[in-house]
Amino acid sequence: MDPAKYFAASRVHIVAGKGGVGKTSVTAAAAVAAAQVGLKALIVDIDGKFGAARLLGVDTLGYAVTPVDERIDARHLAADDSLLDYLADHGMGRIGRRLVTTGVLDVVATAIPGIKDILVLGKIKQIERDAATNGTYDVILVDAPAAGHAITFLKAASGLLGAVAAGPIRQQAVDVAEMLADGNRCQVMLVTLPEETPVNEASETAYALEESVGVKLAPMVVNGVIAPMDGLDAATNNATLLAAAKFRTERMAEQHTHIERLTKTLPLPHFELPFVFSAALERDEIDTLASAFLAGIAQL
Amino acid sequence: MNDLEYLVQHRHIIACCGSGGVGKTTTAAAIGIRGAELGRNTVVVTIDPAKRLADALGLGAAGLTNQPQLVAGEWPGQLHAMMLDTKQTFDDLVARYAATTTQSDLILANPFYVNISGSLGGTQEYMAAEKLYQLAVESDFDLVVIDTPPSRNALEFLDAPERLSKFLNHRLYRLLMAPSRLSMRVISAAAQTFFRQITKVVGASVIDDAMKFFEAFDGMEDGFRDRATQTQNLLRRDSTAFALITTPRGDAVTEAEFFAAELARRDTSVSALIINRMLPQYPKVSTGPAALRANLDQFRRAAEREESNVTPLLQACPSAAVARVPLLSTDVHDLDGLRAVSASLFV
Repeated sequence: MDPAKYFAASRVHIVAGKGGVGKTSVTAAAAVAAAQVGLKALIVDIDGKFGAARLLGVDTLGYAVTPVDERIDARHLAADDSLLDYLADHGMGRIGRRLVTTGVLDVVATAIPGIKDILVLGKIKQIERDAATNGTYDVILVDAPAAGHAITFLKAASGLLGAVAAGPIRQQAVDVAEMLADGNRCQVMLVTLPEETPVNEASETAYALEESVGVKLAPMVVNGVIAPMDGLDAATNNATLLAAAKFRTERMAEQHTHIERLTKTLPLPHFELPFVFSAALERDEIDTLASAFLAGIAQL
Repeated sequence: MNDLEYLVQHRHIIACCGSGGVGKTTTAAAIGIRGAELGRNTVVVTIDPAKRLADALGLGAAGLTNQPQLVAGEWPGQLHAMMLDTKQTFDDLVARYAATTTQSDLILANPFYVNISGSLGGTQEYMAAEKLYQLAVESDFDLVVIDTPPSRNALEFLDAPERLSKFLNHRLYRLLMAPSRLSMRVISAAAQTFFRQITKVVGASVIDDAMKFFEAFDGMEDGFRDRATQTQNLLRRDSTAFALITTPRGDAVTEAEFFAAELARRDTSVSALIINRMLPQYPKVSTGPAALRANLDQFRRAAEREESNVTPLLQACPSAAVARVPLLSTDVHDLDGLRAVSASLFV
């Protein structure tokens, strides 16, 4: 597949995966890949740790747009700021500030599940609409909440539609549900590792997302695949060298079994990103991953 | 006896924390097995529907339920396992504090209650804490090993009881309670304005359901609040240990560091640090076939990255017992597998 076509499939790409699968580095690599094919990308950070932007050299990230690279911006969307923004846009700026400063938002958030998620998703939807109209961004990469909360996060819209009958929050939920259901506007990129539990969980998440959220799934990213190496069968008496060669061969075989299993259990195309054998994960390594990302797309 | 084993022998509660996907449930089960091996009456509480764990523990078709079940095994102590059912635990709590069954029925059927008890962010954490209290204080277990919910905010579990008290003390809550005691007319004009503002943003039906819920809830909040305080105190006791579980991968370590910092901010510390799925560490070799040396060097560099990922975390938890668990080629499918994990934890 042509990378431009891949990224044009929808503007919003929600990157999801369990902790430790490398979701953050994949988000950063996808942004660099998009930039390399001449697209303008925005990285949206949700959890406030802005790992992806950090990998690209940003020290701190707030609600305001921060330029990361020539064609990459990043920003952190917090629920409080998103609410203030939304209410200010709708002539209710004073109420908004009051809701936040008095802690009422927190209490309301305790009482209505998903309200904070909807505020953030609502803001993403607004950025997406704005990008569609003004061409501000070609690709919006959302670094979704870690730790398996992606489903809860994305289900917030439908959940709230049941709980809130009227008012601006309901309108936000309606708009967000609309965006999530529209594969031309939004899709979810699942990231996994070629290991037993991550593969199982990725399949489960994929089915759950399709069934309960109805969101379109992008090709899955299998991260951390150990590349083959020639000459591993060379003769030696050195036990360490033998052990390391055996380890690589066995790991590769095992990774292969899990990738096969993934192909069998899930009718969703995938591409692989290599395991990065380096002492640090910095911009150079992200660039390598970005090239692999583009190569992976090309093979789809 | 290593440091981790010391904790298993002497502590009353071990809370296993960390982000999802780092092997928390398996680690909790392996710790539980060690508890039973050390002769303690142990219970392991899992949060996720862990069918594979139920299978590994030989619990059969019924799997894990909201009540502790005895796991058969050759050890001097006892091992029980259970899975938290958030809604059931919440329902039980309502039934416990309701003055009459009519009151509890009213609450259990209220749409607002159904919402908060089923999917409310934080409820799972609060119920995990509540279940922990029941097991630790109201039962006779020597050791309770709890697998905490994979929270977005790593400390929701610790903060949940306090948050609930705050919620019950908040003026919005009191405002919502007021109409059941006084008529709307008696509420100050300022409060009415405030009330209208909230209605404007979230819609009237939410407030309506909430008011009915709080009406039904009337009189129960003291029970809930006391319970929240007790649970909170339990988590801060010296007999409670926090085990932080991570993998050496960058994003997982970042989460773990955040957790360690938040614990420190609450004057609590990480008692055990368990790093799962570590690559083997090979010594340097300078002679031999080039390809084999290139391969070795790649793994040495990757292991070096794992070490440097983990270093700040180790520094942040200076008093923690540290266990490094090697990358296992397959997942745990049976009791022997769990024992193998246990063996690498307690070398």
